Amino acid sequence: MSGFDESLLDDADETVRVRFVVNGRKVACEVAPRETLVDCLRNALELTGTHAGCEMGACGACLVQLDGQAVHACLMFTVQADGARIDTIEGLTESGVIADLQAEFHRRNALQCGFCTPGMLVNAHELLSRVTQPSREEIRDALSGNYCRCTGYEAIVDAIDAVAKARSESGGAT
Amino acid sequence: MSAPLTSLDRPNSYIGRSVPRPNAKRLLAGRGRYVSDLRLPRMLHAAFLRSPHAHAKIISIDVAQARALEGVHLVAIGADLAKICTPWTGTLDHFKGMTSAPQLPLPLDRVVWAGQAVVAVVAESRAIAEDALELIEIDYEDLPVVADIDSAREAGGPLINPGSGNNVCFRSQLDNGSVDDAFAHAAHVVEEEFCFGRHTAVTLEPRAIVAEYDPAAGALTVHHATQTPYQFQDLYSRHYGIPEARVRVIATDIGGSFGMKLHVYHEDMAVVGLSILLGRPVKYVADRMESFVSDIHARDHRVRARMALDAEGEILAMDVLDLTAIGAFSTYPRTSVVEGNQVIRLMGAPYRFKNYRATLEVIFQNKVQTSQYRAVGHPIACAVTERLVDMAAVKLGLDPLAIRAQNLIADDAYPQTSPTGYRFEALSHQACLKRLHEIMDYDALRAEQAELRKSGVYHGIGIAAFVEITNPSPAFYGVGGARISSQDGAILSLTPSGEVRCLISVTEQGQGTEAIISQIVADQLGLAQEHVKVITGDTEVTPHGGATWACRGAGIGGETALQAARALRRNILEIAALILQEQPSALDIIDGEVVDAGTRNQRMPISEIARIAYFRSDTLPPGTQAQLTVSHHFAPQGYPFAFTNGIQGCSLEVDVETGFIKMLKHFIVEDCGRVINPMLVDEQLRGGIVQGLGAALFEECRYSETGQLVNGSLADYLVPMPMEMPDIVIAHVETPTADTELGAKGCGEAGTAAASACVLNAVNDALTPFNATINSIPITPAKVLKALKRF
Repeated sequence: MSGFDESLLDDADETVRVRFVVNGRKVACEVAPRETLVDCLRNALELTGTHAGCEMGACGACLVQLDGQAVHACLMFTVQADGARIDTIEGLTESGVIADLQAEFHRRNALQCGFCTPGMLVNAHELLSRVTQPSREEIRDALSGNYCRCTGYEAIVDAIDAVAKARSESGGAT
Repeated sequence: MSAPLTSLDRPNSYIGRSVPRPNAKRLLAGRGRYVSDLRLPRMLHAAFLRSPHAHAKIISIDVAQARALEGVHLVAIGADLAKICTPWTGTLDHFKGMTSAPQLPLPLDRVVWAGQAVVAVVAESRAIAEDALELIEIDYEDLPVVADIDSAREAGGPLINPGSGNNVCFRSQLDNGSVDDAFAHAAHVVEEEFCFGRHTAVTLEPRAIVAEYDPAAGALTVHHATQTPYQFQDLYSRHYGIPEARVRVIATDIGGSFGMKLHVYHEDMAVVGLSILLGRPVKYVADRMESFVSDIHARDHRVRARMALDAEGEILAMDVLDLTAIGAFSTYPRTSVVEGNQVIRLMGAPYRFKNYRATLEVIFQNKVQTSQYRAVGHPIACAVTERLVDMAAVKLGLDPLAIRAQNLIADDAYPQTSPTGYRFEALSHQACLKRLHEIMDYDALRAEQAELRKSGVYHGIGIAAFVEITNPSPAFYGVGGARISSQDGAILSLTPSGEVRCLISVTEQGQGTEAIISQIVADQLGLAQEHVKVITGDTEVTPHGGATWACRGAGIGGETALQAARALRRNILEIAALILQEQPSALDIIDGEVVDAGTRNQRMPISEIARIAYFRSDTLPPGTQAQLTVSHHFAPQGYPFAFTNGIQGCSLEVDVETGFIKMLKHFIVEDCGRVINPMLVDEQLRGGIVQGLGAALFEECRYSETGQLVNGSLADYLVPMPMEMPDIVIAHVETPTADTELGAKGCGEAGTAAASACVLNAVNDALTPFNATINSIPITPAKVLKALKRF
């Protein structure tokens, strides 16, 4: 490619300062404009619990919470997250908000290799914050963007179902 | 009155108990340590420029601009790596007459599939490495492409390997009994040609490797997301000429493997070489697009098969031709012919008949290699056999369950040798069939089906019996010259504080290896499970062994752990007996306490024995040398394989307007011998079934005529997602193998083995009123509509 334009490389070298609140802490990062949020979280911030599975928003392994909503970190540039509040599996674990989901996944072995698990939990957490008593059909529907090659999904559905019921019985969630 | 005591009521009895996996908590907290997460000091990143052509000559490669890019440390072409890496050939001696061309990390002068890595760039970051790829210029000259079975077999057609007479990798024939005679005298013959699409593993974590060569120590450490660290230790040592003891392979958490990550990949071999050339750690993680064009694919078979039956519906004979197209090479070191070999040997396996003939032809083509992926060969043999049985049932006016009850080998007829040469120790087909009938509520499903048909709703019911190969002996690879172990090793230590560490050669990919090993050790030693720590996957630490593949972890690894635990128990009790002045046989261990065997009265905690042995050996009788670490190896003996069996059933609905198939419910009755952890076995079955359903309904690597993969992304290649998958009902029959004390066999392939056969039969069952049939998978809506002549 003899016609290569040197300015392309200059663009790639440029970095932008991005600030956000990640897992409750203020963070500033120098990122390349082309860098995706998942790469920034995993590399610069060493939050490797968020995984890259397909890099095109099809598998759900990279789901994080952005301002309280589940988003694909692989479909966002880091610069687009400037000013946002981001919660990853690490933060959700520390705060204890998904402790019951994690315990139920563990009890029922609703994971094998565990690579899809953080994304599954982020999505399950969002589902249960929207719908207190989803049917199995609704749970399967909500997870339809989360790919798991290991489990066959049933134990995951069972675990979310059980947590929904337990939360309703304890009257915790409204 | 309380329920009668079972073996599970014994203290510390973990064999047969559903306990959660201790190591799963880390993964749930996002604290997995996958190779793709790894970052080492001074680590560089590799990226590969891939061939856009399925078959072409490399005329020239210009890397000058790429080399000049800031942040690029190395650009390597085939010749650079060929200087330090010896070539490999994917053949095994026991596949007589098989051929395959030698392979190198990167090609020297010719590319043989679209997606083959041609040039490697190593840079400060993956992004810079990929920028540099854009600056490389390669001139290719197109060569004729062989992109399907028929053109590969055409006489006088283009050849993939110059100098060879044809594109055949391997031919094999089996002929037992008198097949021609059986067909000549048969009352009924059913015949069909089946197609099985190529599909691939699609592990959620793509292949990942970090190679770290230390020139000062002359030592190589490879963090490799694989099932088989010992195999790779051996290969890296031999192909790069580094003494084995200076090669360490560490297999940490892995985001799925299913057989896909135990093969040698060109990029992985290259990364090791790049690290040697640079003396720095080099990381490579395939992206999803790269995975689709460079991970092994599987299946790609076309099978012509016929079955002869007598007037009563007794199966007399099978005659099979299996054509399978692999890549341009056979995969190393396990080859690409094992799948075909298992197809022709598993054909008809559940049934009692004597006359069998099969021809297997394994053919090269310009696509990425196929090789072993979960349930190797099983789904094809099972689908062909079970579809023919259903076709025969229709011809004879028999119910699918009835014809199977008539022909499945009787449970009291073992040992048996199949007409394909497999020896079965003890299987339970009839018991499984009976149980399936119950759990499906089969008669009610049939009644419902008949009722719904009246209103234009078409349900299908499918049944598929299967046999699974597990616990492989050296008959699998060792006899063919592969340095792939069929034995396993364990090192068990009582720690100074009275806990137990178990270093074992079987590996963990999420199926629960570490959990079941700790269950077995705790059970045999008399400890709480949380006091057993299991360590796997590091060749510097764990003893050499086969690791985990072909369903050997529980059966062979488990037996290794069991025997090692018994040896450590003997040693502990020997010291305890000296201290307590008792006979060892009068003592037992329960909950970490040495007790009187008869009364169970507590005598002394094992932590106290450990304390005395480690810190106050002076108080032991003179001449006593406490051996609180034992090492033990176990190699399977007796039957070359521990076969398992089972049967699956499913109920589905075919929308005859759209061709869509809705899975309603799936059922399996499975017999994997002694069940160590029922929950983990069930989850293996469920996961396996869903992989089989993916193959049945969605998954296919589709190629253009020019050998381009046209659906190589997760948006285009369909995998089973939660919404489409059914709930799965599971029941067990337990027929332990007598070849081991533990009696466990494998269960990892069972689900995948028969799921697609079930669906194939169920869809055909649903289409019965339309006189339409389907004989290829995946069964897409288009194929359904085509069969219905509506498309």
